Amino acid sequence: MTRPLQRPKRKDPLKKTRVPLLPQGVRSRTALGLTAAAAEGRFRLQVCADCAAVIYPPRDACPRCLSARLPFRDVDNRGTLLAETTIRTSTDVYFRERMPWRIGTVQLDAGPSIVAHLHGDLREGERTRLQLKIDKSGQAIAMALPAEDTPNMADDPQWRELTCDPKFRRVLITDGRTAVGQALAEAVSEAGASVIFVGVADPWKPFPGEGRLRKIERVEIVALDLTDTISVNECAGEFAPRVDILINTAEYVRTGGLIDRKGLTVAREELEMRYFGLTRLAQAFGPVLRARGADGVNSAAAFVNLLSVYALVNWPAYGAFSATEAACLSAAQSLRAELRQGGVKVLNAFFGPLETEWYQAVPPPKVAPSALARAVVRALQQGLEDVFVGDIAEDIRARLAVDPKALERELGS
Amino acid sequence: MGAPDLLAFAGAVAAGDIEVVDLTHTLSPDFPTIVMPPELGQCAPFRMEEVSRYDERGSAWYWNNISMGEHTGTHFDAPVHWISGKDLANNSVDTIPAANFIAPAAVIDISRQSAANADYELTVADVTAWEKQHGRIPPRSWVLLRTDWSKKIGRDYVNMREDGQHTPGPCPEVVRFLVEERDLHGLGTETIGTDAGQAFHFNPPYPAHYYMHGKGRYGLQCLANLDLLPPTGAVIVAAPLKIRRGSGSPLRVLALVPRSHA
Ligand SMILES: [Zn+2]
Repeated sequence: MTRPLQRPKRKDPLKKTRVPLLPQGVRSRTALGLTAAAAEGRFRLQVCADCAAVIYPPRDACPRCLSARLPFRDVDNRGTLLAETTIRTSTDVYFRERMPWRIGTVQLDAGPSIVAHLHGDLREGERTRLQLKIDKSGQAIAMALPAEDTPNMADDPQWRELTCDPKFRRVLITDGRTAVGQALAEAVSEAGASVIFVGVADPWKPFPGEGRLRKIERVEIVALDLTDTISVNECAGEFAPRVDILINTAEYVRTGGLIDRKGLTVAREELEMRYFGLTRLAQAFGPVLRARGADGVNSAAAFVNLLSVYALVNWPAYGAFSATEAACLSAAQSLRAELRQGGVKVLNAFFGPLETEWYQAVPPPKVAPSALARAVVRALQQGLEDVFVGDIAEDIRARLAVDPKALERELGS
Repeated sequence: MGAPDLLAFAGAVAAGDIEVVDLTHTLSPDFPTIVMPPELGQCAPFRMEEVSRYDERGSAWYWNNISMGEHTGTHFDAPVHWISGKDLANNSVDTIPAANFIAPAAVIDISRQSAANADYELTVADVTAWEKQHGRIPPRSWVLLRTDWSKKIGRDYVNMREDGQHTPGPCPEVVRFLVEERDLHGLGTETIGTDAGQAFHFNPPYPAHYYMHGKGRYGLQCLANLDLLPPTGAVIVAAPLKIRRGSGSPLRVLALVPRSHA
């Protein structure tokens, strides 16, 4: 049984913060199909389109029929742990710090056997669920879990190394004025975050939900205005070393394309809040996050971006807004590569119209702020890189995969 | 009479016989700006981006790029700011005659009334009562409304409630009276706006803006230190930035106050 995680003590100020080391490992280009699956929490392997063989490790030709048609497909993730090994010594600097480390061979019911990292509650000969995960270096690896959930399962050290669980971590929610910011404060509090800093800009302006926000357990309101470089820098100066998960809840939603908006005042506000806000956060909090990726139980773990799914393809009814979201997505991809050096993940949560005032005229289905918040917390607990929340987001993603041009035209008509 | 002796004036300033009182708030990102309904255009708050600070971006020098709205912080309103003044001659900050940037001040103290009632409206009776004590307001004078509002900070300063802002200001009649009967130079207030917080509901809405700017008169807003001024005798130096067709500008507002040394 997994030993429940203990709330980490305050850090010994005389102790050096360990440099985040990354596990080694280079995968082929083909194997990035595993990364893509792991990023979204899917279990996908290559399945031969000609002979239906399930293939692992990833290859360019089917070992059974030599076909080159080997798309990644969702595959049954159940299997049996055939053999386990506990590594007690390693020359790899990453694993040396984390010894002992258990790995084993899992025979999948679907066919191939896979070398996987092992959850502490799984024993040789037992049935298992295999998951693809992204490790600290951004590589896809397989992790074998017990067939059924066990108590305190998420506290397993090898599992926690792959996830960004808010439990006992310190979270910054950058904008508490929004319904989504407030829902997230509530959700990460329930998920066991040890403190939730919630940024509030223009404190002289009252806002709906304020009373409730202040009552959420372990919430601390901090001054933070994402449109103001000085404010972001001051907030980081005070709190950055105590932020393990940063969730950027800044939003700026306005209708209209490029022509219908008169002048740039709104566009500037939108970019200030969203694109430059993200840039300010990256510059102010990024360096500390990146340096603290291996800082114990409450190591820096994740930077979360909330992105409209129309970052992926423009929705002209909210055309200028979509363009700004696209800029934020591109920036988030850069940030992901930059933070990976410190073993810190970037989680992008994509969603369609929200059940909020600025989407008032949009017909349902819409995403409730609480549903988005729960999805973000789940994605952190799973260590995902991308999550699509709600019917619209999933629909856009599916249609984009089939025919981007057709989708562009459909959204514009 | 010969030419005025400006050296004597400068000497009096240097000696403190003329005190220079700064009526300006510091321009900073967290100073509140006027808030319009969110679907309308908004005045940009003050922002500052460091260009270099003796570092790799410029080794021996420190400087910033700044941005703000024309009506951010302690600022000047030109007649073109309001629709009623849009067609007047010399109605923008770049065309206002420079001599108009220096004018005497009449300081009317309604701080007691404002403390009791955040929606207090200055009336004609207040002005005539003041004149009984201090004499008739000279033509082309700034009327500065002392409310001590500048001593409040944050939420108390803006005083935003669900039905909008609640801050003191002039009633419509007194603005007309000051402009038409007293040839007012302009109105200066400590609050965000020369009008009361609830002036949207007045008739006409925003009477100070409407009547003053319609007659080519000026406004000063977010002033500080009005409590350091005498009711009469101070001279205001308030020169906005020379922005082409600008409707206003942040500025440094100085009051020259003679001090008698008994
Ligand atoms: Zn095959």
